[in-house]
Amino acid sequence: MNLFHFISDFFSNGAHWQGYDGIPTRVGEHIQYTVQALGIAALIALPVGLVTGHYGRGGNALAFIAVAGRALPTFGLLVLMTLLVGFGMVNVMTPLVILAVPPILVTTYEAMQSVDPSPVDAARGMGMGEFGVLFQVEVPAALPLILSGLRSAAIQIVSTATIAAYVALGGLGRYIVDGLYQRNYEKVVGGATLVAGLALVTLAIFWAAGRFAVSPGVRRRA
Amino acid sequence: MNWDRFFDIPSDLQHSWFGLIGLHLREALLPVLAGLVISLPLAQLCVRFRWLYPPVLWVTTVLYAVPSLAFFVLLIDYTGQTELTVMIPLTVYSLVVLVPAIVDGVRTVPQETLAAAKAMGFGPVRRYVQVQLPIAVPAIIAGLRVATVSSISLVSVGALIGNQGALGNMINDANIYNRPELALNAVLTMAVLAILADGALVAVRLLLTPWMPRRTSRRTTRKADRPDPAAAALEDAVR
Repeated sequence: MNLFHFISDFFSNGAHWQGYDGIPTRVGEHIQYTVQALGIAALIALPVGLVTGHYGRGGNALAFIAVAGRALPTFGLLVLMTLLVGFGMVNVMTPLVILAVPPILVTTYEAMQSVDPSPVDAARGMGMGEFGVLFQVEVPAALPLILSGLRSAAIQIVSTATIAAYVALGGLGRYIVDGLYQRNYEKVVGGATLVAGLALVTLAIFWAAGRFAVSPGVRRRA
Repeated sequence: MNWDRFFDIPSDLQHSWFGLIGLHLREALLPVLAGLVISLPLAQLCVRFRWLYPPVLWVTTVLYAVPSLAFFVLLIDYTGQTELTVMIPLTVYSLVVLVPAIVDGVRTVPQETLAAAKAMGFGPVRRYVQVQLPIAVPAIIAGLRVATVSSISLVSVGALIGNQGALGNMINDANIYNRPELALNAVLTMAVLAILADGALVAVRLLLTPWMPRRTSRRTTRKADRPDPAAAALEDAVR
């Protein structure tokens, strides 16, 4: 089948493994974009989600922010920012962060809301402060869902970071965009395969993080 | 930014602003509809045969991870530079949201309700159409909302495979002609379309589920209600 033919051609070509346009470099750039965007999005969305979820307020406002965030087309924002600001990382990071904030925000809020209220009451009854209740009771119980929000955000960033190549930045999108212009399908298919592979690795990392970080009691119930 | 030319659509797009909006809505909404038609039976199979659900989730998740641009390009070989090339991936993407939404929605139907329906002599088909589906409507609509909104913004990437992106083509033109106002117009129009579509789906849900309480916010009332089927489960779909 010609798809697999393209894939094997792409990966068996030694020239694709070296230099600034080599697979290791591009994968590294892609991971760098992903980690940066996910980090920034998590820094914004996690605290907001935790606090609103803890107090159980602002759910409607969050839902609206989430819809608005999803409604803004990533590709359009990227081009718009490039035209207005010029080339640079900010143009790529802004749309990716806007893309990643809604899933983290909504899931964190929902996760906090879905925590069983009785252990929370018990913790309060034992004299725990708000801080203790939040970080020692609610967050551990909500962790599986919170992680799943981070995971969907990460997957979306991995697959969308490809558009960075459209505004002359690196990452795995380079192969797709360049291949498209060069009518080099081998390159396009290779790039797409790498992105899909990276997405699978991301899934695996989050699965492992879940095994490691979620307390056994919570895991058994879920 | 040249505000006077905000609505000055370049002639190479071959459509007026409204024409582009129509095109955009068609390219974005038909896939969601197709996704719904595919995922209803698929979700029912997943509910019926439990072992089927994890593999289906994995397959849709992996397909979702394929970047839209790459997906479009791969399909050009088979479907050419047509609307279909944009609509097939969007349909596939919508599955990853819709299937879990419907499965979770149908699963939240309480056993007593199902038993009652059975006792009243409902066969499996009638029970599905008249009991399970209506109760799952909020979850299904929640899935449709996410799928629709993302679909509207994803169509624009189709611009990169030869002017199949409707309003996205304006973004491409903005880049070529260095006219940021066109990109702003496209971004705002798409955002407004997405928010309107979202609102329309909420209205549909209110019409279809007159028995639901109109406002649920506080933790205590939520616990008493059926659990909110929508958001958490949806995001969990890994999209």
